[in-house]
Amino acid sequence: MSNKKHFKLTVNGEEQEFLAEPRELLIHTLRERLRQTGPHIGCETSHCGACTVTMNGKSVKACTVFVAQADGADITTIEGLGNPDSLHVLQEAFKEHHGLQCGFCTPGMITRASKLLEENPTPTEEEVRFGMAGNICRCTGYQNIVKSILAAASEMNAAKEAAE
Amino acid sequence: MNKELTREERTDALGGMGCKRKRVEDARFTQGKGNYVDDIKLPGMLQGDFVRSPYAHARIKSIDSSAAMALDGVIAVLTAEDLAPLGLHWMPTLAGDKQMVLADGKVLFQGQEVAFVVAKDRYIAADAVELVEVDYEELPVLTDPFAAMESDVVLREDLLGEGGSLPDGAHGPRKHPNHIFTWEVGEKDATEQVLDEADVVAEETVYYHRTHPCPLETCGCVASMDKVNGKLTLHGTFQAPHAIRTVVSLISGIEEHNIRVISPDIGGGFGNKVGAYPGYVCSVVASIVTGVPVKWVEDRMENLMTTAFARDYHMTGKISATKEGKITGLHCHVTADHGGFDACADPTKFPAGFMNICTGSYDIPTAYLAVDGVYTNKAPGGVSYRCSFRVTEAAYFIERMVEVLAIELNMDAAELRRINFIKKEQFPYQSALGWEYDSGDYHTAWDKALKAVDYDGLRAEQAQRVEDFKAGKTRKLMGVGLTHFTEIVGAGPVKNCDILGLGMFDSCEIRIHPTGSAIARLGTISQGQGHATTFAQILATEIGLPADSITIEEGDTDTAPYGLGTYGSRSTPVAGAATAMAGRKIRAKAQMIAAYLLEVHDDDVEFDVDRFVVKGAPEKFKTMKEIAFAAYNQAIPGIEPGLEAVSYYDPPNMTYPFGAYVCVMDIDVDTGVTDIRRFYALDDCGTRINPMIIEGQVHGGLTEALAVALGQEIAYDDMGNVKTGTLMDFFLPTAWEVPNYETDHTVTPSPHHPIGAKGVGESPHVGGVPCFSNAVNDAFRAFGLRHTNMPHDHWRIWKTANDLGLHG
Repeated sequence: MSNKKHFKLTVNGEEQEFLAEPRELLIHTLRERLRQTGPHIGCETSHCGACTVTMNGKSVKACTVFVAQADGADITTIEGLGNPDSLHVLQEAFKEHHGLQCGFCTPGMITRASKLLEENPTPTEEEVRFGMAGNICRCTGYQNIVKSILAAASEMNAAKEAAE
Repeated sequence: MNKELTREERTDALGGMGCKRKRVEDARFTQGKGNYVDDIKLPGMLQGDFVRSPYAHARIKSIDSSAAMALDGVIAVLTAEDLAPLGLHWMPTLAGDKQMVLADGKVLFQGQEVAFVVAKDRYIAADAVELVEVDYEELPVLTDPFAAMESDVVLREDLLGEGGSLPDGAHGPRKHPNHIFTWEVGEKDATEQVLDEADVVAEETVYYHRTHPCPLETCGCVASMDKVNGKLTLHGTFQAPHAIRTVVSLISGIEEHNIRVISPDIGGGFGNKVGAYPGYVCSVVASIVTGVPVKWVEDRMENLMTTAFARDYHMTGKISATKEGKITGLHCHVTADHGGFDACADPTKFPAGFMNICTGSYDIPTAYLAVDGVYTNKAPGGVSYRCSFRVTEAAYFIERMVEVLAIELNMDAAELRRINFIKKEQFPYQSALGWEYDSGDYHTAWDKALKAVDYDGLRAEQAQRVEDFKAGKTRKLMGVGLTHFTEIVGAGPVKNCDILGLGMFDSCEIRIHPTGSAIARLGTISQGQGHATTFAQILATEIGLPADSITIEEGDTDTAPYGLGTYGSRSTPVAGAATAMAGRKIRAKAQMIAAYLLEVHDDDVEFDVDRFVVKGAPEKFKTMKEIAFAAYNQAIPGIEPGLEAVSYYDPPNMTYPFGAYVCVMDIDVDTGVTDIRRFYALDDCGTRINPMIIEGQVHGGLTEALAVALGQEIAYDDMGNVKTGTLMDFFLPTAWEVPNYETDHTVTPSPHHPIGAKGVGESPHVGGVPCFSNAVNDAFRAFGLRHTNMPHDHWRIWKTANDLGLHG
């Protein structure tokens, strides 16, 4: 198609430049163009949160953002949160507390939780449940997800205190 | 010097059965490195997308794809006409019916597949779908199965015989052109006589509404035909990869050895991914035609509207009892809405699945069940959404009927259950509808549950609440939901369980490596259940190698032994048994090797956790690690090298997990809003392999039960339009709506299963749905309510309160 435009994104710290149709959805840009397949597509209507990424410091559902809206943005996906040698505290906590089953919602869930704990480092259980209500899980019933996030918060706070 | 470990320490080091082993799957999933079907990208891959019918019932006068074909990047637009020469415009269903792959002259439900567009990417494909012009002629729509049985509108002209006659269907005679089958179990006359002569008979009509499994990942596949080697590789979201391979071979004519089916990571199944869908067939055809890989992944609307609905059972029951409350008989008739094609996923001999487990946990001497399947203008499916075949329907039916009987008898519903439970000493128990329950101890579980929640205290609180409500002190009522369910899972014995003629055994193949680690492959496929973790635990205990040293692999038909897949809680009961049996074959050979190495007779060594020891001289031993090395590298007279085993397990019976659940719910009479104050779930799944995973399964199953009971539904209007086709309308609970659950257990091992395990993945859904529903119904019992149908969303609850005159 001839209506391709030039776009620039920073994804997980790396600058990316490419030509794309402006109507391309950010989730497809990330998954198919840039091969960051951690964020998933579950509903295409912003309800399930499987596609959650962090864009310019905010949790965003990448299935309902056009790449044109994301031009110039700084984006973090699950792939940018930790690496095999040094997992994010939340990645460890989800493993430890059985916070996942099929794993399909997990990247979006952890990405959202990482933002939630930045917004509110000491959430109550109720605040976690409310703050995660944009992310649907069909397997776990959320009990262990909530447990994982609260455990990660405690650990991050303990580490912060130890450092101070 | 290494300190000699104690027996206990050696056992712990294995990470075997019974421990809360952390999941080995989680490393990749938490880092976004899962490999789901839509993550697969093959060179030159094309994208398929469907043109779907906006009408629920219409004739197709013409299809014009010229504008679509003119679009740059469109490779093909397939219609039934293109598939007909290959004989692939229709396909067999799992229920003995046939289904259109692409609309052959007419459509029978909204969203039905009409044409398949193949294009260079998903955007071009979507654009092209819009450009295909289909001329429809609308036909009268039947969305009500009772009306369908009276109507002279024939939905399936293809099933009429000469002169409009009605040939038998796959399950016997048909009464009407829109009728599919009648299935009867039990004694009709005897049951009617018992009901006629009974002290008390309670009658109720219970509708279990249509819903959908809705896994977070939708269905999809990537078909790749290698024309050079003649090999077809089909990646897809398949809960039964081997069965898919056989079906693809049978309908395509490609020899089975030339087909490789791979189920990669699956983002939840819950029954949605058991069936074969038109998208798979079209992708295969498109790949054969184009010679390049073709991907098809449905979107959420397509998923909810077309692939695999569940339930839709209209159940009419009569239950009789003595004045004292002893149940004497049960009569059940079901009108089952199967949609436009009968694509239910049930074993061949059971067109209504295991609905005949509807006598539940109770000793009911006489019973009769009849099910009539009916065609309507709705999507086909009828899958087992997180349950064994139609077991949720059965459990919901009996648990509602018992509650209604309690009202009729003016009895406490917990006590009514207690005096009717099958007693521990009656097992194995022969049910009136033909099953042999393998084991159970219902009274112990029930008493433990009632004690844990202080049942008498709850009833006293509830009575006070009713007084307060009547006195105008509160606008909230309190419901106590009870359920004691019995499941039937682990299908099943090949003598009576097959799907499309494929026996429902399962399998495990183990290879021990020389250095004492292993790989085991199974015929099942995990969709989140954690098989790679738990099957390694079974093996660790059976063969004495650490679970961490055992890789579990599933889902690749080129490497895994043949099996029927994962659904109906069959993985642990069937493939888990195969795993244990294969492990025991390994152990038997290891025993001979150990005896040779220790220079004693085979019978003079015995297995001890991770080694064989000389009887009476435990200081003389060979570890399994040492035995593995010797098996490959030492010439042992009379024993061939290697240490491998395979087991195909044909279960002698099903397993019968059970449980006792209690839900305490507050209901705001003015808004219909429910608040689940407490949910206690006691499950008995026999031997427990990994308590952490069991607990996770229970949390998840209860949450899917909450969804179904309190709001989730696939609803149609009179025109056959789907009213709940997106997640805006189709209720999936979030963390905000879901309570914390209390889990508990008893252990009654299955007597016929090698490790005594029964399966647990679906129990909480089967037991949870009636428990939530009973809580809602119970809240209004004091005001004269006998029964109100699910889903109990806020509006329906408000309506119930209003109908009872509670709004003044």
